[in-house]
Amino acid sequence: MAKVKGAVTIDLNRCKGCDLCVVACPTDVLALQPKEVNDRGYHYAFTNNPDACIGCASCAAVCPDGCIEVYRVALN
Amino acid sequence: MTPEEIIAQGTKIYSRPRLLTDNITHYCPGCGHGVVHRLVAELIDEMGLEDRTVAVAPVGCAVFAYNYIDVDWVEAAHGRAPAVATALSRLNPENMVFTYQGDGDLAAIGTAETIHAANRGENITIIFINNAIYGMTGGQMAPTTLLGQKTATSPYGRRADLNGFPLKMSDLLAQLDGTCYVTRQAVYSPAAVRKTKAALKKAFQNTIDKRGTSVVEIVSNCPSGWKMPPEKANEWLVANMTEKYPLGDLKNI
Repeated sequence: MAKVKGAVTIDLNRCKGCDLCVVACPTDVLALQPKEVNDRGYHYAFTNNPDACIGCASCAAVCPDGCIEVYRVALN
Repeated sequence: MTPEEIIAQGTKIYSRPRLLTDNITHYCPGCGHGVVHRLVAELIDEMGLEDRTVAVAPVGCAVFAYNYIDVDWVEAAHGRAPAVATALSRLNPENMVFTYQGDGDLAAIGTAETIHAANRGENITIIFINNAIYGMTGGQMAPTTLLGQKTATSPYGRRADLNGFPLKMSDLLAQLDGTCYVTRQAVYSPAAVRKTKAALKKAFQNTIDKRGTSVVEIVSNCPSGWKMPPEKANEWLVANMTEKYPLGDLKNI
């Protein structure tokens, strides 16, 4: 069975650090920046553990600001 | 494979909807409005309705919705969105008209307009965001506020003897002969978001097919008004709101 790997990009200046994508991610890929903030002062989300991403797009489904894009590739 | 390689070689399975403008929304972090805006923008694009859609913005947090979704909008007076939508739908029946209203707009000042538009069976979709509070003005009690819920104007909790009971607008609207589809959905989890998208798609399709009024109530959160972080607000929603406002189709003919 082909294994699926995914990757996400986050528009960090749109992100409001609401934490909903971090909660929705089933494989704990995402986290909020503990110290860094974006232009608007929010602790934005970033991929803390990018290798675990399965490209399920759950984070993108719950993001209120539409700042997550999801890519997926099938590995043989 | 590194994430950079996946992005270069993989297929893009989710991207920001084309019809969502680049303006950063004024909504608080974690607000359900953003999710619903995104779903509406995705659906209008997917269904090819960009040129036919006329939306009606309410008064409330979503008052600036016309800045965020790139279709034709009309801004209605407080609560009067279904009346404005009636005109837009009747004057050009080819329009796909929807209103986007909160619970203060639809269930308080706009109760009469909403009920009569639905009773006339106007070919419109009513998107009703129910977060049980007046979010924009600072978290006052709304008709939909739950019994015992603390708000700025009910600091000891809503009391039935003083403030009456929570108003279940969708249940009222489902009783009317003019409505063809009344459903209650939520946007607190990926699964709930996908169900909400399917419900909105059905509502828009009913409007194109001129089958009557479709009502999609979306039980949403208000992290600022409820004074909780977004994650806790969604947990509170699941624990309390869905008991009084059970999710699912109320009418589907």
